[in-house]
Amino acid sequence: MFRKICFILPVFILVSGLVLAQKNSQSIQIKGSDTMVNLGQAWAENYMIKYPDSFIAVTGGGSGTGIAALIEGTCDMAFSSRTIKQKEIDMAAKNHVKPMEIKVAMDGLAVVVSPDNPINQLTVDDIADIFTGKITDWKQLGGDNLPIVVLSREVNSGTHVYFKEHILRKGDDKRTDEFADSALLMPSSQAIADEIKQNKNAIGYYGMGYLNDTQKALAIAKDKNGPFVKPTVENVVNGSYYISRPLLIYTNGETQGLVKSFIDFTLSDEGQQIVRQIDFVPIVK
Amino acid sequence: MTRNSSKLRISEFLIEKAIYLSGLTTILIVVLIFIFLAKEGLSLFKHITLSQFLLGKKWYPISEVPQFGILPLIYGSLLVTLGAALISVPIGIASATYIAEVASPKIKEVLKSGIELLAAIPSVVLGFIGMVTLVPLVKSTFKVPTGLTAFSGSLILAFMAMPTIVSIAEDALNAVPKKYKEAALALGATRWQAIWRVTLRAASPGIVAAIMLGIGRVIGETMAVMMVTGNAARIPTSIFQPVRTLTATIAAEMGETVRGSDHFHSLFAIGIVLFVITFTINLIADFALHRKNT
Repeated sequence: MFRKICFILPVFILVSGLVLAQKNSQSIQIKGSDTMVNLGQAWAENYMIKYPDSFIAVTGGGSGTGIAALIEGTCDMAFSSRTIKQKEIDMAAKNHVKPMEIKVAMDGLAVVVSPDNPINQLTVDDIADIFTGKITDWKQLGGDNLPIVVLSREVNSGTHVYFKEHILRKGDDKRTDEFADSALLMPSSQAIADEIKQNKNAIGYYGMGYLNDTQKALAIAKDKNGPFVKPTVENVVNGSYYISRPLLIYTNGETQGLVKSFIDFTLSDEGQQIVRQIDFVPIVK
Repeated sequence: MTRNSSKLRISEFLIEKAIYLSGLTTILIVVLIFIFLAKEGLSLFKHITLSQFLLGKKWYPISEVPQFGILPLIYGSLLVTLGAALISVPIGIASATYIAEVASPKIKEVLKSGIELLAAIPSVVLGFIGMVTLVPLVKSTFKVPTGLTAFSGSLILAFMAMPTIVSIAEDALNAVPKKYKEAALALGATRWQAIWRVTLRAASPGIVAAIMLGIGRVIGETMAVMMVTGNAARIPTSIFQPVRTLTATIAAEMGETVRGSDHFHSLFAIGIVLFVITFTINLIADFALHRKNT
């Protein structure tokens, strides 16, 4: 009897190990943009319902975190709300990783204040002046006589980088404008939303997927004359909303297997339907 | 020599060596950590000077010309820690005295388990509670532009330091020989005089150690602080302004950095600064303990 067990046990372990390994090859790790976490999770859940023997794990941390993880080889796919930097491509080449970019959705970046704030619209220049600390009081913009509390994301956020490059520096590489040092760096978009909800002085920014009734999204115009436009799906699709950006997936080299199948799913009608449900903007085909 | 006793001697020898090795391991680990920190952190100073790092007032680590000035972060950490110490030390020592000297056995049991429960709350939970309840309260009570301030961080950290301070200070008070107090009472001292002038004085080295361990816990705490202090890297002029601490900076930015970049090294250099600060605190505690003993 004992001998029999001695023989069967290793075989059993070997077989179960193989089975488990087989299972493991059907799982992928996705890391990156906090803006895209909710979207990614919705995609993953729907995908896993459709293909029950696959497993997809989605975690946030910021676009930079995701791209760093892709370079280090600790995830299969990185979500990013900004394009990869040359520095990161060089770094990846050193680690024999070839990042491939796929555009999966669009996002409008909302500039938000508390619903109690009388301000409804701002120009891009005003917003830049607020976030760089040139304007410090709501009165200067025709609002209440209250100090402005500037909320930003941490530096590991793609949204932080995008906002700095496209609003503070107006897309000009040579400008060196920075967020004011008095800006509060919040650990997540949700933390910004929570603070806006209870603070009339605060102004912040995040992907329009996080908007709800407890915050007010400002209408934004490129300059004083321009039409002031609210961040809605329609306005992002027709291009009239100023602050919109692509949401991206980076993979290592040509996609295959589960990674390819998952990306195909995100780009399918069903996947793009989910994009709309999470309040992001589907890509126009 | 019997066979039995030689066996005993061998096992004793082995146990002795094992304990000796365990002791060495601890020191070895500390040394290894320090070497690793130094190796990664000191690489930063190939590109910037020590005074640019320690005295620089701007922290813009990911800009094209990055600036690694940690003076605002040092101020932030010190301000939050000082605030937490001012709140937790008096309350902590007072409650330790009450538990050790005044309370009836029944109340003592309840209080002690209550304080142990406080120690069991994970810091991220305290941070979350602070974010949703304390932050709005601080904003409306003190009429400040935002409740995400150094003061909110100090309050939360005071809660976290309290269990450490209370339980160690209480042990120190209990360790004071009963006859000191009895002698004082016999000489006609009131109960309060006996506690204040005799028991507390006699326990003071232990109480200093309790305070230092509490402060050590505070300065190293990360998660709760990150959630309530606002993380603005600017030199604060009052405790009701947002601050960014050394620990929060490491935690918030470590994920983003590419291994081997200046930003990466600067975070390790911050680690060295933290290490030096805690080491100094321990040294002060040690010094206080020995001075009181001799």
